[in-house]
Amino acid sequence: MRQCDPLVHKGKLKSMSGIHAYGVYLPRRRLQRSAIAEASVWFDAGLKGHAQGERTMCNWDEDVVTMCTEAARAVGELPSIDRIHVASTTFPFADRQNSGIVAEALALDNSVRPMDICGSLRAGTTALVASLEMSGSSLVVSADNRKARTGSIAEMQYGDGAVAVVTGEDDGIAKFLGAATASADFIDHFRADGIAYDYDWEERWIRDEGYLNLIPQAVSSLQSKLYFPVGEYDYLILPIAQARVLPAVAKQLGINPDAIVDNLMRGCGHTGASHALLMLASVLDDAKPGEKILLIGFGQGCDAIALEVTQAHSLFRPAVGVESALNRRVEETNYALYQTFTGLVEREFGKRAEVDRSPALSAHNRNRKMVNSFMGGRCTECGTVQFPKAHYCVSPNCGKGGSQEDFVMSTVSGKVKTYTADRLTFDMSPPAYFGLVEFQGGGRAMVDFSEVNAEKFDVGSVVRMAFRIKHVDKQRGYKTYFWKAVPTD
Amino acid sequence: MAKGIRDKVAILGMGCSRFGERWDAESADLMVEAFEECLGDAGIEKSQLDAAWFSSAIDAVNVGPSALPLTMALRLPYIPATRVENMCASGTEAFRGAAYAVASGAADFALALGCEKLKDTGYGGLPQRSRGTQADMMSPNLSAPGSFAQLAAGYRAAHNVDRDDLKRAMAHVSVKSHANGVKNPKAHLRREITVDQAINAPMVAEPIGLYDCCGVSDGAACAILTTPEIARSLGKTDLVTVKALQLSVSNGTESGHSSWNGAHLKTTRIAAGRAYEEAGIKDPRSELSMTEVHDCFSVTELVTMEDLGLADEGKAVSAVLDGDFDAAGKIPCQIDGGLKCFGHPIGASGLRMLYEMYLQFLGRAGERQLHDPQFGLTHNLGGFPFQNVCSISIVGKG
Repeated sequence: MRQCDPLVHKGKLKSMSGIHAYGVYLPRRRLQRSAIAEASVWFDAGLKGHAQGERTMCNWDEDVVTMCTEAARAVGELPSIDRIHVASTTFPFADRQNSGIVAEALALDNSVRPMDICGSLRAGTTALVASLEMSGSSLVVSADNRKARTGSIAEMQYGDGAVAVVTGEDDGIAKFLGAATASADFIDHFRADGIAYDYDWEERWIRDEGYLNLIPQAVSSLQSKLYFPVGEYDYLILPIAQARVLPAVAKQLGINPDAIVDNLMRGCGHTGASHALLMLASVLDDAKPGEKILLIGFGQGCDAIALEVTQAHSLFRPAVGVESALNRRVEETNYALYQTFTGLVEREFGKRAEVDRSPALSAHNRNRKMVNSFMGGRCTECGTVQFPKAHYCVSPNCGKGGSQEDFVMSTVSGKVKTYTADRLTFDMSPPAYFGLVEFQGGGRAMVDFSEVNAEKFDVGSVVRMAFRIKHVDKQRGYKTYFWKAVPTD
Repeated sequence: MAKGIRDKVAILGMGCSRFGERWDAESADLMVEAFEECLGDAGIEKSQLDAAWFSSAIDAVNVGPSALPLTMALRLPYIPATRVENMCASGTEAFRGAAYAVASGAADFALALGCEKLKDTGYGGLPQRSRGTQADMMSPNLSAPGSFAQLAAGYRAAHNVDRDDLKRAMAHVSVKSHANGVKNPKAHLRREITVDQAINAPMVAEPIGLYDCCGVSDGAACAILTTPEIARSLGKTDLVTVKALQLSVSNGTESGHSSWNGAHLKTTRIAAGRAYEEAGIKDPRSELSMTEVHDCFSVTELVTMEDLGLADEGKAVSAVLDGDFDAAGKIPCQIDGGLKCFGHPIGASGLRMLYEMYLQFLGRAGERQLHDPQFGLTHNLGGFPFQNVCSISIVGKG
């Protein structure tokens, strides 16, 4: 076989690489498309035709950074990595490295190099190719939560989600065979700086001049580097929302339509830059050794990536894959709630929402380990785990000074000791649940809860910690993140 | 071992404004209202005051920092004046400052005045506010009822109490206080409520409903303290003296260490133990004539009965339902209507509680008058069940 990319720096042969692990995060809420249609069908009767199935939607306290953190945790135990590449078109920060926030939330060593990759729905596959072509090991994470105007088709089609892929120098569970790109400033849609919503062009034109033109270019280029014919692919991953386009593309490529991978539109929606990798994860959930995957990324051109599932595939199961992420769901029929969370309406939040909070960046820096990594302390004298870490041990039986070492508590599960559902305090999604969590192995903290199902929640409920948005400072456009307890059931 | 404050300080006079939504009154007006009554009662001149302590808790909607608002409002004669703030214990802290000044001999006459004006926020409940730069990054954005609702959850779990039984006992607490408040012309909320009303009121922070919450009011209360000797020399015969002033402040154990069960107030237990010792009280259940406790929420009062040793641990629900703390019960609690009916102008509340004790000991409590009270206990709790400031005062006759 020929090497996929024969030359890298200084003329050396590129070493082999592959995908070693992956994980998936989908927000729990599934907005019913019938509920979306119901709100706007008076204006556009055509929306009825899109009113099947459901789409994922972020909770108010989720965004690309929090979803990426969850996706990376969904891998399971992360191997040692050299870099973290985060790809999205909806980063919360234009200038504050988003991948750097994710890295700290994951408590990665600060020698791990973060990079944000953005600007195109191809960002996810571009990040993957870049990582596969680099030496060492990379954590590639991609997420999107795109906004769409009320009554738009996009509102029906978009979904929110994240996927993480670990690449490394060995074949891993899916060996990297090669990649090719056909770049083009093909503007099927765009979103200008400072504008919340996409502007797109006619679907039929995008099909004919975009998908049916650019994808074959990239695939042809890819196949020219590979030893097998295109018909041998077992899976064709096309992150395209319109289902009827998929067979047309497969036919054009000369690939059996049976190889077309479900585009996850019915139960999830199109998750933007992350969608190609999400579909790849769905393939990896069930793939067999020897099967070949053609992964397409589309947006201002096309990335085509060839992978082959290895024998090692059977040795890896993600903590959360696509199937289990899809199964963790709560139906949401409240379109007004979706509008509120996405800022589509100006809701009256009451005067308690008016409190101004300074971002206090210097204080954030001092408390960075606690805030970003949920780092507590463990007393080296008596072993007591505590949050926050402080000079004196909290144990009444110890109280030693300067005895505590860093102790990451974000991965420790806990039980609810006390709680309430507060309807007085301001919360974007009342009632505000918060309470005392007792961590397994010791330590406790008063924290906010998220994703609470009131009927199943009580003292004793088991929770895990999740990195979430704590406060949105609309005046300065700043987001505060912190850890919240989320029920595990 | 310190000798303590017992019998070293006498209350020479007290005053209390009418509590309520005082749209008509600035903070200065409330201070004057309480001070005029107090000064007249004490029978001394303003110029005789040697020092003053001023308590107020929330800067944002009241008078701002320092003791200046007090000295300006009362035109005090350039005497030492200090503002104290210790959350809901602030009023008692002003009293403690003045009492220590008198006990030390540094002052013959010391003024303690607490004032809070909460009703300039534009909404109900306590003002939403920052809890400090670091806390704001991590702590839940909790309301006061939300924090004390934790106590209900913790109590229910620790003692395996049925949700409905706890809620009924909580309702009883509020019904009792409303019945008492009707008889108090200075109270804010002066109407009786029923158990059904309390149970079915809108939920604020599960299981705390609207009628489980104290009112939010404007008000001021004050005391002039002196030594028992000076009080007698001024012709006072029925003296009310300080028996104990104790404070316990959390160090983070409750919120940070597994030893706390979430079902009691560690600080209250510690402060109560010290206060009984300072006052020489061996058996609070037989020696205390009445209590004014921090009923910010009904569940707080209920649990406090255990923490003060007035109900057996885990048995407060039945003690409350049996009427032990009703006006005609074993140890009446909130005979003036409590925070429930006065509302809780934070800096004033501790002094308002002492005002009721003072009236009761002097037989001036009108329709509410208890028969021959000997010892009375006041209790304040500032902060959250898991992290708080607790003050306990015991005052008595003679």
